[in-house]
Amino acid sequence: MAPVGPRSGDAIFANVERVNAELFTLTYGAIVRQLLTDLEEVEEVNKQLDQMGYNIGIRLIDEFLAKSNVSRCVDFKETAEVIAKVGFKMFLGVTASVTNWDADGTCCSIVLEDNPLVDFVELPDTCQGLYYCNILSGVIRGALEMVSMKTEVTWAKDMLRGDDVFELQVKLLKQVPEEYPYKDDE
Amino acid sequence: MAAIYSLYIINKSGGLIFYKDYGSAGRMDTNDSLRVASLWHSMHAISQQLSPVMGCSGIELLQADTFDLHCFQSLTGTKFFVVCEPGTQHMEGLLKLIYELYTDYVLKNPFYEMEMPIRCELFDINLSHAVQKDRVALLS
Repeated sequence: MAPVGPRSGDAIFANVERVNAELFTLTYGAIVRQLLTDLEEVEEVNKQLDQMGYNIGIRLIDEFLAKSNVSRCVDFKETAEVIAKVGFKMFLGVTASVTNWDADGTCCSIVLEDNPLVDFVELPDTCQGLYYCNILSGVIRGALEMVSMKTEVTWAKDMLRGDDVFELQVKLLKQVPEEYPYKDDE
Repeated sequence: MAAIYSLYIINKSGGLIFYKDYGSAGRMDTNDSLRVASLWHSMHAISQQLSPVMGCSGIELLQADTFDLHCFQSLTGTKFFVVCEPGTQHMEGLLKLIYELYTDYVLKNPFYEMEMPIRCELFDINLSHAVQKDRVALLS
């Protein structure tokens, strides 16, 4: 059987089972609201959202690889492009763009103009330090960790705080390929 | 009739997380299947080091007199391999399909712990359908 090439984000998005967008937005809102009630501290909620995202990301990556048929990315630039164009499209139905590459090619910004998580959301004054979409940074970090890339993902711009877009800064800390303990000791 | 003898799924540390045998040939008890899995994991890793070409990602097909072994490794390190009759066609497609079933019915099960043995009923049901369909497709 001839190898199948990678599928575009739109094609996969059309084929996967989708859920009502409003249900998704409202469910996520309920989760954040409940976390705020339970944990009270905005920093704690940020951390918890990131952890939840991480737990999702480590499982999501296999689904992404299985359904999109992408082959191993040659470098981090390709990885970021694939996340923005195929990944976001496949799971959230929106396309992101990649900008602001640094000189090494290890740090970039993923810009989202449209974000289904924040439809209908306004942050009150009591939650000013909250990164509402912090689950997304956890997802990216978790997913990349399962393919041997340690990254740091932070929010550079957040529309709920007055900026015009959502911007995630993804920084590759190091590549950790599988090491096998087959070294000769003698 | 071309047939599958058994299916193994190994986690990234080489532990067997799923084993199913389908034929009367090559039935194994738990200990033997665990041994085969870790053996294969090591051989797969060694083959990457031994390979004369750069960028080898490990053994994909092992052909012997009485069986063929097709192996698929995902980019996350999970290996899916199937032992089948020599000359069985379309095993790569089947392995890809099993990978998709794994992502849908195992990983999305919130009670499934990563890297642990798979005990997911939905996965078993859908896997049997997939293998049955495969058998039917081969016959026609």
